[in-house]
Amino acid sequence: MTATTAAAAAAKPIVRIRDLVKEYRRGAETVRVLDGLSLDIKQGDFVALMGPSGSGKSTLLNLIGGLDRPTSGTLEVEGLRVDELTDASLGHWRADHVGFVFQMYNLLPVLTAERNVELPLLLTSLDREQRMKRVAAALQLVGLSNRAKHRPRELSGGQEQRVGIARAIVTDPTLLLCDEPTGDLDRKSGDEILTLLEALNDEYGKTIIMVTHDPHAAERSHRVIHLDKGMLSEGPG
Amino acid sequence: MIGKYLPLLASSLRRKRLRTFFTIASILIAFLLYGLAASLQFALKSGVDVAGADRLLTMHKVSFTQLLPASYESRIKAVDGVEAVSPQTWFGAWFRDERNQFPTFPSDPEAYLKIYPEIRLSEQQKQDWFADRSGALVGRAIADLYGWKVGDQVPLKSAIWRRLDGSDTWDITVRAIYDLPEGGDTRQIVLHQEYFEEAKQQAKGLIGWYVIKISDVNRAQAIGKQIDAMFANSPAETKTSSERAMAQSFVNQIGNIGAILSAIVAAVFFTMLLVTANTMAQSVRERTSELGVLKTLGFSNGGVLGMVLGESVLVTAVGGLLGMFFAWWISVQFGPTMDQYLPGFRVPPEAFAKALVYILALGVIAGAVPAWQAMRLRIVEALRRD
Repeated sequence: MTATTAAAAAAKPIVRIRDLVKEYRRGAETVRVLDGLSLDIKQGDFVALMGPSGSGKSTLLNLIGGLDRPTSGTLEVEGLRVDELTDASLGHWRADHVGFVFQMYNLLPVLTAERNVELPLLLTSLDREQRMKRVAAALQLVGLSNRAKHRPRELSGGQEQRVGIARAIVTDPTLLLCDEPTGDLDRKSGDEILTLLEALNDEYGKTIIMVTHDPHAAERSHRVIHLDKGMLSEGPG
Repeated sequence: MIGKYLPLLASSLRRKRLRTFFTIASILIAFLLYGLAASLQFALKSGVDVAGADRLLTMHKVSFTQLLPASYESRIKAVDGVEAVSPQTWFGAWFRDERNQFPTFPSDPEAYLKIYPEIRLSEQQKQDWFADRSGALVGRAIADLYGWKVGDQVPLKSAIWRRLDGSDTWDITVRAIYDLPEGGDTRQIVLHQEYFEEAKQQAKGLIGWYVIKISDVNRAQAIGKQIDAMFANSPAETKTSSERAMAQSFVNQIGNIGAILSAIVAAVFFTMLLVTANTMAQSVRERTSELGVLKTLGFSNGGVLGMVLGESVLVTAVGGLLGMFFAWWISVQFGPTMDQYLPGFRVPPEAFAKALVYILALGVIAGAVPAWQAMRLRIVEALRRD
């Protein structure tokens, strides 16, 4: 157990989930994706969510990030009942507290790297100069200062994902939610991304929840949670 | 505040450059047509605006091409409420090129200036014109067109009237050049009726029509009726109406062209609405996942709605403003050339104001449905699509 892991174990939970149920309707059928799930994630932790396809990993990540609403149960993040927020409040909350990293990077192809990273800051009251300072700092952190003016199609997959991470951290959120961040990358680029995520967790204290299929990626986390048919089982981290 | 979103909106237009170009070009042409149609209607209407309500025109009841006896003048003058009467006849004048005819009327000079007090010329030139029977009062536009100056002798040709010697050339002397208040049509020549009557070969004792100035605008209809009653059951019955009514009725006939133009422009606008709406719908459909990302980052439903609407308005604004600019440029470049046929051809200020409203309306209506769909987009579903 590393020092950070020990610190995370001692810290209070940043995410507190109780009896969480998520059901979808598929035609006349109701599909229960999450089945009464309860889970605590401590501040500063780096958690890997694993499980087969359809086990509910991404659904859980979406619920924690306020992108979707649970059918029942409670979901608190930093003591705030996220499941009770209105759509508008959820938007503000996400902008302030959560950074998202996607498998397919989801950068806007018409914008340069720095414009992509600037996007979340457009919702703040920062002026252009302040925004560009933050953008430069985020790009420097992910090692892409020299690619600021490049469009996504001019970057490699690994570089695109770095821009995606810079966009996720530019507002300095407490929680980073990563949905298969290495899923579309080769091993070398994937390792670089995982190293970057580790650094964000170790050095900047970001709480990271990462959905992954890749056991190699899961090994880099502090804690591995397995999901199967909407139920939890915890594995070695 | 909105400024920081502009690069984002503008970048959306760069996504499919060719499609954006064609959409903007279509909108440009629609607004160019609108600007030119508005200029044409403005030119047609300006004649009505300057026509006096205190002036009556008495012409042959059958058609204004039928002539009236010159003897009517003294009888019309005697009608109560009539201040001045001048005969006028269509001269069919041309200079150098028969295709370029311009309005020229033999008239009674003194009566003519009483009837048209808005005509501006120096006292000296006025007196010189009165004194010279072959002298002509020439509008500034005509003088400028042919480079005529006061004192110039001009061999004016008539497409209708021959002199006693059989010639169609009427030597006149430019004795006065007149101006009119802003927007007035100065492409006209006025000759001496007396000279014309003596020198013409045919239709002696006949004139085209009478222009009458009355003292009380409110009595225009009554005076007109009285004049027409005087000549009822004669070989040359008359029809009298106010100059403004005449101009309006003339414009109403041409106005049908204006109405047709308006209908065409409306149809073009409607087509543009469909084109722009289709472009916006395609644009939104293509980047559903991007909109999902924006919402994930915290952009509100209203913000996404505003962004799609903003993009739609930006497209119509670029096309619309360029279209109006080109319409203005064409009216400035070619307006003076067209002055001879269509004075006052220019984009009126109210057309620019209306264009701004149309740009906004077109943008908002075209973007409404896609913006609404973008607003209602659920993040999880949007992120699943690509």
